[in-house]
Amino acid sequence: MNEKNTNPIIIEMKNIWAGYEYESVLEDINFEVYQGDFVGLIGPNGGGKTTLIKVLLGLVKPYRGSVTIKGLPVEEGRKYLGYVPQLVEFDHQFPIRVWDVVEMGRLGARGLLRRFTTVDHQKVEGALRAVEMLDFFRRPVGELSGGQRQRVYIARALASDPELLILDEPTSNVDPQMSNSIFGLLHKLNETISILLITHDMSAISSYTKTIGCINRNLHYHGEKELTTEMIEATYQCPVDLIAHGLPHRVLPSHHEVKE
Amino acid sequence: MIETFVSALQYDFMRNALTAGFLVSIACGIIGTYVVVKRIVFVSGGIAHAAYGGIGMSYFFGWNPVAGAIIFSLVSAFGMGWVQRRTKERADSIIGVMWALGMAIGIIFLDRTPGYKADLMSYLFGSILAVPSSDLWLMVVLDLVIILLVALFFKELLGVAFDEQYAVISNVPVDWIYMILMAMIGFSVVMLMRVVGLIMVIALLTTPASISAMFFDDLKKIMVSASLLGMLFTTIGLFLSFFLNLTSGASIILVAGIAYTLSLLWQTSRKKIQAHA
Repeated sequence: MNEKNTNPIIIEMKNIWAGYEYESVLEDINFEVYQGDFVGLIGPNGGGKTTLIKVLLGLVKPYRGSVTIKGLPVEEGRKYLGYVPQLVEFDHQFPIRVWDVVEMGRLGARGLLRRFTTVDHQKVEGALRAVEMLDFFRRPVGELSGGQRQRVYIARALASDPELLILDEPTSNVDPQMSNSIFGLLHKLNETISILLITHDMSAISSYTKTIGCINRNLHYHGEKELTTEMIEATYQCPVDLIAHGLPHRVLPSHHEVKE
Repeated sequence: MIETFVSALQYDFMRNALTAGFLVSIACGIIGTYVVVKRIVFVSGGIAHAAYGGIGMSYFFGWNPVAGAIIFSLVSAFGMGWVQRRTKERADSIIGVMWALGMAIGIIFLDRTPGYKADLMSYLFGSILAVPSSDLWLMVVLDLVIILLVALFFKELLGVAFDEQYAVISNVPVDWIYMILMAMIGFSVVMLMRVVGLIMVIALLTTPASISAMFFDDLKKIMVSASLLGMLFTTIGLFLSFFLNLTSGASIILVAGIAYTLSLLWQTSRKKIQAHA
């Protein structure tokens, strides 16, 4: 364990068990995210990454354990979260412009029977500027490239003034160059906002994330920068296969550092 | 040529039919747009066919068939909306069963109703040429209700249509918004029943909006354009049926279907040209 984090806590999960009818997908998850964090969680497909996020967002109720966001239950606390879903979840034929997508980030703040105000417009504009997509605001989302679309959904999340950005596979279906530029963007955003991202793609966990964890039913996360062989072995069955992928950045400690 | 059109308009029933076509097209354009972009055409078809149960019950109990259809389509709309949102089973299978069950209930009730059921076919195949003035007023009211609801909840409806999950996270009352949408589909179905009949309701609900969605990227524009297209289709269809002595509902759908096919062909050829350029 590393030294205690002194930043204010955003997410606190205690002994979370969650899953679907006959099978638990998450077992005894204890997980904390603090202000300023940039956490990357990796794990195989079906390892419970998405379920973890759904628990955080209040879309899946855990059957044991507790989650709080800034000390509040998820239904109230999720207003502090900015969620960026996977690109594949969207209907690209849906006739909607970039501006209107980002404006949806203001739905929670504005409430029923109220029109969007100049404040909302300023937030939308600011969010689009932050992801460098303001010039595209009149464009139909369906006409954008994968990387541009990803930026638009990041902007939607930013428009709600979140304290923590949660991204589900932000670089899948995006070419490697675009993937780098998205990580560059996240790195910049991390100056003012905390980030949690999940991915099954080891190479997507770049040096930009501050801490890394592994998830496969159980979570191995100790708020550390490097993956240990124990974590990898507990998460994946075959660590050799993983290392052979040739990572752009070293996330594993070099050989002599590994303790016996 | 123009004189023949004018002469057709001298008939009360023709004027009523044209007005009905216009009124129905407004509901169709607005609600059809949601149905198309949210991909719930099948649900709408289910609501339309289940409404036949209401017609059958009305005949049996001696109620007003339109009232019966409204109640039945609202109940089935809420039922199907609930299934779509909540069930872990295959939603489309359940909706398929409700679709057929509604019709079966209608037929059984009609079997048990003694006497000659003269205008029964008009609910199945439409009877725009026999729309009484009272129905026109009902259509005006339903149009106004739909316009009011859409204006009040536009941003929520867009949010739910585009990304239901995100709307939930934003604490939008998604269930309520969804049920409002379902109720509006129910209202539209009942209005359309008069014009093209229950069997062809889906066609008029979807074709104008589908065509418009090929040309516009904004929900409001699609709604306006779909309403105008609906008016065009019903008017052309009506005159065709008047001069060629064809079934009015079928003529309207034929016009809409041809327009849809042509738009599809035009769009695919345009895309091919763009791909080569």
